Amino acid sequence: MKNLPLLTLLFLISCSSNITPVDDGLEKQIFHFGNGSEPQGIDPHIVTGVPEHHILISLCEGLTIPNPFGDGNLPGAAESWQISEDGMEYIFNLRKNAKWSNGDDVTAEDFVWSWQRILTASLGSQYPDMLYYLVGAAEYHTGEINDFSEVGVKALNKYTLKVSLKAPTPFFIGMLSHYSTWPVHKDTVLEHGSIDDRNGQWTRPGNFVCNGAFNLKSWELNNKIIVEKNPNYWDASNVKLNQIHYYPVSNVMTEDRMFRAGQLHVTSTLPSQKCPIYIEENNPDLRIDPYMGTYFYRLNTNNSVLKDVRVRKALAYSIDRKLLVDKVTKCGQIPAYSFTPPGSNGYQPETSIAFDPELAKQLLNEAGYSDNNAFPKLEILFNTNEDHRKVALAIQQMWQQNLGISVELVNQDWKVYLSREMVGDFQVSRAGWIGDYEDPNTFLDLMRPNRGNNKTGWENAAYDSLVAKANSTNDQTERYKLLNEAEKILIENMPIIPLYTYVRNYQLSSDVKGYNPHILDHHHPKFIYLERE
Amino acid sequence: MISIFFKRLLLAIPVLLAVASLTFFLVKLAPGGPFDADKAVSPQVLKNLNEAYNLNASEWEQYVDYMTGILKGDFGPSFRFPGRSVSEMIATGLPVTFELAFYAILIALLIGVSSGVLAALKRNTYLDFIPMAIAMIGICVPTFLMGPLLVLIFGINLEILPVSGWGQLPGDKILPSITLGFAYAAYIARLSRGGMLEVLNQDFIRTARAKGLTESNVVIKHAMQGGLIPVVSFLGPAIAGLLAGSFVVETIFQIPGLGRFYVEAAFNRDYTMILGTTIFFSAMIVFFNLLSDLAAMWLNPRSRDNS
Repeated sequence: MKNLPLLTLLFLISCSSNITPVDDGLEKQIFHFGNGSEPQGIDPHIVTGVPEHHILISLCEGLTIPNPFGDGNLPGAAESWQISEDGMEYIFNLRKNAKWSNGDDVTAEDFVWSWQRILTASLGSQYPDMLYYLVGAAEYHTGEINDFSEVGVKALNKYTLKVSLKAPTPFFIGMLSHYSTWPVHKDTVLEHGSIDDRNGQWTRPGNFVCNGAFNLKSWELNNKIIVEKNPNYWDASNVKLNQIHYYPVSNVMTEDRMFRAGQLHVTSTLPSQKCPIYIEENNPDLRIDPYMGTYFYRLNTNNSVLKDVRVRKALAYSIDRKLLVDKVTKCGQIPAYSFTPPGSNGYQPETSIAFDPELAKQLLNEAGYSDNNAFPKLEILFNTNEDHRKVALAIQQMWQQNLGISVELVNQDWKVYLSREMVGDFQVSRAGWIGDYEDPNTFLDLMRPNRGNNKTGWENAAYDSLVAKANSTNDQTERYKLLNEAEKILIENMPIIPLYTYVRNYQLSSDVKGYNPHILDHHHPKFIYLERE
Repeated sequence: MISIFFKRLLLAIPVLLAVASLTFFLVKLAPGGPFDADKAVSPQVLKNLNEAYNLNASEWEQYVDYMTGILKGDFGPSFRFPGRSVSEMIATGLPVTFELAFYAILIALLIGVSSGVLAALKRNTYLDFIPMAIAMIGICVPTFLMGPLLVLIFGINLEILPVSGWGQLPGDKILPSITLGFAYAAYIARLSRGGMLEVLNQDFIRTARAKGLTESNVVIKHAMQGGLIPVVSFLGPAIAGLLAGSFVVETIFQIPGLGRFYVEAAFNRDYTMILGTTIFFSAMIVFFNLLSDLAAMWLNPRSRDNS
């Protein structure tokens, strides 16, 4: 009897927590979403990052939306569009029934103002270059011109938007599903600050107005963001979810436990050590979806040892990528033999990188390294993370075994790693790149000279002109041919060593329907609903 | 005692100023800046961002600016979270961290003092060995192990408590409070046992017993007052440590407290947030140390009389 109070307490607790959020969500159509980390904010012109995107895609809508059933995009705020024959002029016909969450009409002028906002230098947006393809956009952003009417975006009338590009840009439609091109409600933004106010309070619950399928209900910092169905959304009748709860769970183990305890419908990722176990167990909730991202090593071509292309090739040819994905990453990753992931919007890279330790050794000999002239110690830089360490350990082993090179692993805090990469204070450094839009250009553009994310010091005029030429043609077959040639030059010069193509691995409750695999991991919430079989 | 309180409070001002100044220059020494990201921004964008946050001004100008700001109570805007001020973020996280620390210290005191006193009274019996062995385990097992272990047992296997959250689901405050409190309970148990043993052997206790006081009266009224002074002295730094060190428990249990902001700010190089939280936590440490010193002084008749 002494334990009676304790037993009563336990009984009460067990009774009250029997219904998990996932069960409850099924009944009320509330989607519980594990969202990685606390979003920086929800101003589409200021934030960057994946958690931010997950929330923004439910709150705002661009001219197009991602297609959950295949490649390409579906009409969003624009119901249709025409592209001129030369591919340089786009006319978007906006939906006449598209409304902001406060009931105002979504107009062409709203897009013009929004694009002016992101191109306003003093706003400090980190994605203005997404619109640099427009006539005059880069010039306006850098202050060369001050009159926004010279920029290639015009409202022809209330519902017609004309966009003029510098060159035919076949991936322009795809770029429009990136949040930096989405509209913001002018009156709301100006009510709480100026056009270039980074700290404006318009994104707070109660103030926030946008044109997406959901509206911001509440935002508890580091705890939960709740969005609820927006009755003013043009396609509200097809939106089945009533609410989405976003949880910023930065610890992957915590997220995994939350999922197992029925507190989440979907996780942002998976503890890497658990993935092989879940595969072995045939866990029905495990999802391994294709993802447009590449895990690679950057080689500093300004380094005295690595400036020799033979050395770079030797390093690349002595890595067994298949072994790496089978025995180290072990979660469905695909060995990468090109920088651009295969199948990006129909693009198939024709490059290959052999695993040939003999050839690698021979190349190293040709570069002047032998038993008498040993190869100097090499350093692999990576940001502190157990998964990166495992990959680096495997590569260290392969280089030691196949080439006799001694390799040192250097891990650094994220910001230190970034700053060392930025100033070129590294030999080999771990890197990853996820496409911003569905086109090989989002990868190949990276390695052009003077691109901030090149970071390898590698410059190649032929490569640069091929990518530039590809972007000035409107013929997709011709374009992919040119990009393929560029890709071959890149792999032939090896300033980067592709290791594997990412996959999206996460857990998804079987109650969730319509959450289809998407190569950019974009999931428009209007296609998602909850149903138990 | 009041004069001591004010004297110590005055002393806190230069301490906090020194902390603020040192932190200001130290955070700038760390490589990397708040706007470095995986997708590097162009020099033009970086310049715009630095301008927006006054980072283009000289270090000295920024320092003067910042110090003038904090004297007015303005800790500046967060670099990581545009539109949020540091003061707002501290105000959001603090009540949660305080609540967690409060439950934890309550659990720590309840378990710690009772088992410590009991162990001292029943020295060299099972009632001494068992609680002290558990206390040793409590001191040795870190919270990052204890937390997931409790979650695994009570959350996943027995399914009687939620595995995460704070005030979202019934009972979700229990496991984090126990996890955080347990380590401190262990320290308190050992401290109170030691303190009590020392006091129980002293003359005035023998006198009290000789006068015919009941055992509970002797223990509670006489022995504990002196025996718990080490615990009280420990409480000041412990509470400050609980507040500043709740990061691990907050992360394991997905609790929106200040600890997570503090640590993540350092990783993000969110300069103003690092400064704001550091100054704030320093103030807390100074304050709670002062409180515990005063309490210990009040409990100890000798120093009480002297003051």
